Amino acid sequence: MADNGDDDSEYRIKDGDHVVLKRGDIFKAVQIQLKKKVIFEKQWFFLDNAVGHLYSTTFEIVSGGILQLQKLKDAESSADAKEAGTDNRNIVDDGKSQKLTRDDIEALKEQGLKGQEIIQQLIDNSSTFKDKTEYAQHKYIKKKKKKYENTVTILKPSCRILAMMYHGREPSKICHLRYDSLAQMLTLANIHAGSKVLVFETCAGLLLGACMERMGGYGSVIQMYPGGEPVRAGVESFGFPAHFHDMLHGFPICHVNALLAGTLDTTSKDPSADSKQPIMAAEKQNQPGAEEQGSPETQSMETSSGADSSHDQEKEQKEKRKEAKTQEKKVKLEEKRKKLAAAAALLEPRNADGLVIASRFHPCPVLMGLLKFLSPSRPFVVYSQYKEPLIECYTKLKEHGGAVSLRLTDTWLRRYQVLPNRTHPLLLMSGGGGYLLSGTTVAMDHAKPAVCLRAEEPAPKRLKLTDTEG
Amino acid sequence: MSFVEYSDFIQDGDVAIVYLSHDSMMPVKVQQGAQTQTRYGVIRHSSDLIGKRYGSKVTCSKGGWVHVLHPTPELWTVSLPHRTQILYTTDIATITMMLELKPGSVVCESGTGSGSLSHAILRTIAPTGHLHTVEFHQQRAEKVVEEFREHRVDHLVTVRNQDVCKDGFGVAGVADAVFLDIPCPWEAVRHAKAAMKKQGGRVCSFSPCIEQVQRTCEALADEGFEEISTLEVLLRVHDVRTVSLPLPDFGPDPSAKTQPDGLEKTPSTSAPNQTAVTLKTTTPPREIPGHTGYLTFATKPRT
Repeated sequence: MADNGDDDSEYRIKDGDHVVLKRGDIFKAVQIQLKKKVIFEKQWFFLDNAVGHLYSTTFEIVSGGILQLQKLKDAESSADAKEAGTDNRNIVDDGKSQKLTRDDIEALKEQGLKGQEIIQQLIDNSSTFKDKTEYAQHKYIKKKKKKYENTVTILKPSCRILAMMYHGREPSKICHLRYDSLAQMLTLANIHAGSKVLVFETCAGLLLGACMERMGGYGSVIQMYPGGEPVRAGVESFGFPAHFHDMLHGFPICHVNALLAGTLDTTSKDPSADSKQPIMAAEKQNQPGAEEQGSPETQSMETSSGADSSHDQEKEQKEKRKEAKTQEKKVKLEEKRKKLAAAAALLEPRNADGLVIASRFHPCPVLMGLLKFLSPSRPFVVYSQYKEPLIECYTKLKEHGGAVSLRLTDTWLRRYQVLPNRTHPLLLMSGGGGYLLSGTTVAMDHAKPAVCLRAEEPAPKRLKLTDTEG
Repeated sequence: MSFVEYSDFIQDGDVAIVYLSHDSMMPVKVQQGAQTQTRYGVIRHSSDLIGKRYGSKVTCSKGGWVHVLHPTPELWTVSLPHRTQILYTTDIATITMMLELKPGSVVCESGTGSGSLSHAILRTIAPTGHLHTVEFHQQRAEKVVEEFREHRVDHLVTVRNQDVCKDGFGVAGVADAVFLDIPCPWEAVRHAKAAMKKQGGRVCSFSPCIEQVQRTCEALADEGFEEISTLEVLLRVHDVRTVSLPLPDFGPDPSAKTQPDGLEKTPSTSAPNQTAVTLKTTTPPREIPGHTGYLTFATKPRT
């Protein structure tokens, strides 16, 4: 089972890898690029030296922004108190307990002293440190460590780390989706290998990447995206192997109506014009594309062979470039069209296995539109930063039918400090991680379309009555 | 059907979830010729279930109807037969993400209990991962083996009937993640470490009491685990309601009458005969679970 127990190659940092830098509780996602300056927590450095080391290694930043392997944490206990007070009755805040001035500290830093050494200096020059209680001493050291330690740990990215990073750094980019809410979404939507999942998100690609991680390259993810291009910055940060991208498809949400009506033409060149054009067989599209690819090239070859003067050459080159550009454009358009056709083919049978939505758009039309692509008995989850739009979704779904087990929820996340004799909840907790509406699709009742306005809930009561009669 | 793969139609031998109402679901072993009693009447498997699509509405003998759903670990969690206290979806979701589980992960778990978390783990690590689960109670271990077989996930899991605190997980150097839900997790910390890959991994311990957490954290620190962090996740359910708030009657308003009765200005909606305002809102349930357990996570560094 431990087949590659001794093979560390996949655990080593390589040039070009997407990694996450960590100091304390602060994360930053970067790509390893040689000779590239990285700024993290007000310090700049180069990641060159990290290449070849194992993930989760901690480095010290030394002068010139060079990373140096951190020595074993021998110094950690050096500051352990030998002397400590029992209470603070004699500690007076006169502002003179620290003998080092700000300039002294700056001077120490300029000398290139390590964080640990500066902290030791601060302790040695604090007249009250010895009188502080053991706990207060710990707290003092912890605080100074946070300020003066210049280490960085390099981690392999994961959904856990990236979700915590986005929540800590740029919550507005991910619609304030807290990591525990993201965890609920992935579980409630039963995201797993082999399914066909629809994702609509404006969370920088974090939710999309999270789904892809849980599917491990098996199955398909169709990203329904607003606007011209899908946003996938967050997906990059996961550093997925290349084959993971084969499972990822994109479908612009502006084509959903056409697809549902059966009028989507994946053969047209201009996406804005396709609603006007008649439907054509999807297979036909490849043929004209291939012809177009061939003809301009041969043309340009002919012209080049017949040219003589330098002026002509220049002109010709310009033309050539122009042609190459249009050619490139055509290839790109063709590729785009193929991708659209592939995504449309996945959506068309309306048999998707799951749907997750987390966006800055009103969730109601998104949910009602995309739910149509799901098989019956499949879970869906909608995230919103606000509760009210989900109340609307809930009401709409009840009227419309086609879903059971509807639940509007949110989660509270409380973190704890666990230390001997000092265990308590952290003083600060996150105010809110957003709201979720989850449910399961069921077959629509075609016999009585939208007759029962309050679909399920009253039913048992009615039934109970008939029960007693019968 | 399988707990790790969707299918469209109900077949003989499947486990289907009969959805009666929000808080009432029951798992049913589908068998040719079998019958299931519900409060809405009998479901006859041969005619009502086999060959039907998952998600269909099934009319029972007394005229009532139910929905038949494809099993998922989440539906199983709310309908499984309890042999022990179980973990619920809110904690399971957090555990799954914080342990960084994904297809291919090798996971150790103890105790297996009623298998609520086990099913969720199996769903996540399929098709290439493996779960080594340890349950010291023989009957429970046997029962859960049977369930894994019925749910067609037995190829992904090994159940061992032994005491994890004494004998460990029965594997060494293979796990990416370890989960502990036992009374004395601090006694299993060294076994957890031994079970994990030398390259490292993640561990989680679930304990209801803070004293247990305290001892576990100490044991984890002693064994060299890093990034030790304890948290608690609580689910809040919001029941959607339409409420009506009556408006008080202030009596006739003389100042309103002195104003020239506007032609189109007087909105008919604020007519005096309106006595209540109706709005959609949510209310919390009368009682909610206020505590399940503390979740302590840590990272095993490379050894």
